[in-house]
Amino acid sequence: MNAIRLIRLIALFLVLAVSPPAWAAQIDDAAFGALADALAPGNFRDREAAATALTASGDTRAAAVLQSLLDGDLVVVKSTGKVLLGTSAAPIDPVTGAPFPEAADTEKVKVNNGLRRALRTLIGQLTLMSDDTSTRLTAAQSVLRDANPDNLELLDRALAAEPDAAVKAVMETARAAIILKTDAPIAEKNDAIQTLKARGGRDSVTLLTSVLSTSPDELKPAIQAAIDSLNQTQAAWGVAQNVWYGISLGSVLLLAAIGLAITFGVMGVINMAHGEMVMLGAYTTFAVQEVIRRSFPDMLDWSLAIALPLAFLVTALIGIAIERGIIRWLYGRALETLLATWGLSLIIQQAVRTGFGPTNKEVANPSWMSGSFELGGMSITWNRFWIVLFAIGVFLTLLVVLKRTALGLQMRAVTSNRRMASAMGIRTPFVDAMTFGLGSGIAGLAGVALSQIDNVSPNLGQNYIIDSFMVVVFGGVGNLWGTLVGALSIGIANKFLEPYAGAVVAKIIILVLIILFIQRRPRGLFALKGRAVES
Amino acid sequence: MITQMLFRALDKKAIWLVVVLVAVAVLVPASNLLLPEGHPLHVPTYLVSLFGKYLTYAMLALALDLVWGYVGILSLGHGAFFALGGYAMGMYLMRQIGPRGVYANPILPDFMVFLNYKELPWYWYGFDMFWFAMAMVVIVPGLLAFVFGWFAFRSRVTGVYLSIITQALTFALLLAFFRNDFGFGGNNGLTDFKDILGFNIQAQSTRATLFALSAGFLALFVLICSAIVNSKLGKVMVAVRDAESRTRFLGWRPENVKLFAFTVSAVMAGIAGALYVPQVGIINPGEFAPENSIEAVIWVAVGGRGTIIGPIIGAILVNMGKSFFTGALPDYWLFALGGLFVVVTLFLPKGIVGLFQKARARRGIETAKPSTVTPAKPAAEPAE
Repeated sequence: MNAIRLIRLIALFLVLAVSPPAWAAQIDDAAFGALADALAPGNFRDREAAATALTASGDTRAAAVLQSLLDGDLVVVKSTGKVLLGTSAAPIDPVTGAPFPEAADTEKVKVNNGLRRALRTLIGQLTLMSDDTSTRLTAAQSVLRDANPDNLELLDRALAAEPDAAVKAVMETARAAIILKTDAPIAEKNDAIQTLKARGGRDSVTLLTSVLSTSPDELKPAIQAAIDSLNQTQAAWGVAQNVWYGISLGSVLLLAAIGLAITFGVMGVINMAHGEMVMLGAYTTFAVQEVIRRSFPDMLDWSLAIALPLAFLVTALIGIAIERGIIRWLYGRALETLLATWGLSLIIQQAVRTGFGPTNKEVANPSWMSGSFELGGMSITWNRFWIVLFAIGVFLTLLVVLKRTALGLQMRAVTSNRRMASAMGIRTPFVDAMTFGLGSGIAGLAGVALSQIDNVSPNLGQNYIIDSFMVVVFGGVGNLWGTLVGALSIGIANKFLEPYAGAVVAKIIILVLIILFIQRRPRGLFALKGRAVES
Repeated sequence: MITQMLFRALDKKAIWLVVVLVAVAVLVPASNLLLPEGHPLHVPTYLVSLFGKYLTYAMLALALDLVWGYVGILSLGHGAFFALGGYAMGMYLMRQIGPRGVYANPILPDFMVFLNYKELPWYWYGFDMFWFAMAMVVIVPGLLAFVFGWFAFRSRVTGVYLSIITQALTFALLLAFFRNDFGFGGNNGLTDFKDILGFNIQAQSTRATLFALSAGFLALFVLICSAIVNSKLGKVMVAVRDAESRTRFLGWRPENVKLFAFTVSAVMAGIAGALYVPQVGIINPGEFAPENSIEAVIWVAVGGRGTIIGPIIGAILVNMGKSFFTGALPDYWLFALGGLFVVVTLFLPKGIVGLFQKARARRGIETAKPSTVTPAKPAAEPAE
């Protein structure tokens, strides 16, 4: 018992030491020691006066002393009259918080019920009714954790005075938790159950489950109903969380696949080196961050903004070089293009491995992309959130480029009928080069995004290439919406299968489903209509 | 009818190839076993094993050539059939270990004991019998290819779409075989083989025999492929490759032709895998990796697709190059392999064999041979 009290005491000390209330400037050690020592002599009435004086000092250390007194843990050294915390073998000096070396002739400072009541109120004033919101929140949470019926009266008063809504909510929950443990009337307990139900969360379920067996029989249905309803809410949030994970995965797939879909749609060639463009984009981010870290360390938060256009440029130029150097000699031979670009991907991979080394590179998250936030019962990490937004942004931009620019018009014309477009005066070789550059550039952008959530290594692209193919094949070529729907449905389906089947089996199931789907619709979900498709 | 087909198959080139392969199958093991070490014509055992491995690769390349070179189906998943055949053989070899394993369990292979299996999974039954395992070597890849091809070719999945879903097939199998609870040894695969049909698998004579078998089977495959491509069916296959729609309009059924070639090819790849495993002593899920299948495609392309001898030359040359590079210049192997892909597709569309044909044509000794064996593809210029 003593040990537990001591731990609680130390915990309280730590809590107060970590978050000192703004108003509670510590008074100096000698004055505080004198105030604390005043608790020992005299009768109970004197002690109450001393405790009130101690509280009035507003010192952060006072709460621990009073709590110790309340728990019957406060001792006094008879020879010096100095007050110490804890009756155990290693008492603590209330002034310094350090263990007190010698404590031979100690005596317990006695308390009676009247004093206890007064002490609870004073402690409550120090914590639950302190002027600092975070102190009150911590205190309310600790009351909720203990759910000690002794605190009920104090809590009621604190509740009445509480101005902050968030703290008030915690206090109300704490009150409900306490009431369920006392022998309060049924109606009041019912209200408590409703309060807990309204609060929701896993804690409430645990709380309700723990009191279920000890409650009177007429309350049990209500408690059970509350637990069930809470569990249902939890399940609903679980589904929402899964959808979010799916959208997050889908947006990554969308980023990786959309460039592939454009080049495949316009030129009818599969670019096996697409994954390597993603990888080069990620390495560009790494290089930009290295330069910034060395030369302009305070601009680290802007590194992504600098890396984005740079990655687009680098990969787009490499893409155009590949198109002009290799792919244009292979038109009409889609399978050979596939092999040649595969060879290129091997060369690029090995070049990066030789240049940067085979190990993973550390790419830092800027401050606005680290951490997470809560949305209802879901936890959303900032980097995933920004990547979803980024994917949507890239998608919309691309949509505008295709629908509203001259190049987009030409690209669509070449997609639907290359020979006719050529006859109408469109320079198809130029369109091809630009398309390939655009597709590769978007892969580079995807690489910048992926560098934030994945390991940057020479194998980065390979991990995404097969998935990207699946998205393109599933969604159909020549239509951005097909890619969007394909990416999102594969992402969400994957995340919903994962809890039941495990990550690997989920992926296998998706692959098999896509293989089967292709049998039904060989040209994908959103197939281009017209003669152009029949090669 | 079969004899007739065989006679037609035995054109001059195929005869020479078969004679050479049979000679290799006899002479190399003989030199390894009969000549003393240090004799100038003695072939060391490690070379026998190494070239035995190359011969199984050559079989895989020939199988791939049958579908790619002659029917125009670029399969990026032939490594899956190869690995499935290998796993069937590996399962037989695992069962042969018996109580000699580390855990000395007479029934369960070591990895199952390690993973707390209580009894043998049902799909491992029968693999203690050699004939059953050999039947599975043929049936499993063949059946998978038949079912896959049945669906794919009927719904007219062609070109790059087909390539991509064959790649997805082998990728899915890769993921599945990596799992421990799939019952095939997880990422360690099957290894520590002791003996095959009672012969010690490490013994020199067993290795020589396996080499002879590999060369013999390769010769058989050359005969079979030659018979197929020189038959009427072979002409339809080439027609499907060059103009599928036109062939269909002329009343043929391209899907049946493709399905036939695909299934035969998968069976050949499976047998190649079964001969590969005892010679290298291990089979693991890495064999399913899509990269392996694409690498096999480049063997065919280097040698010359649409020819019988091309893929054999290509497989052996590229793998000799690989052995040399990974030993001497490990960092440059991927550069070399990648460069090979680019150079061959850009400048050598008909491979090494095409190079020779060109050289002979220039010297004017090219006997006019109709282009049943050379792909009639459009010249390499932008199709606009």
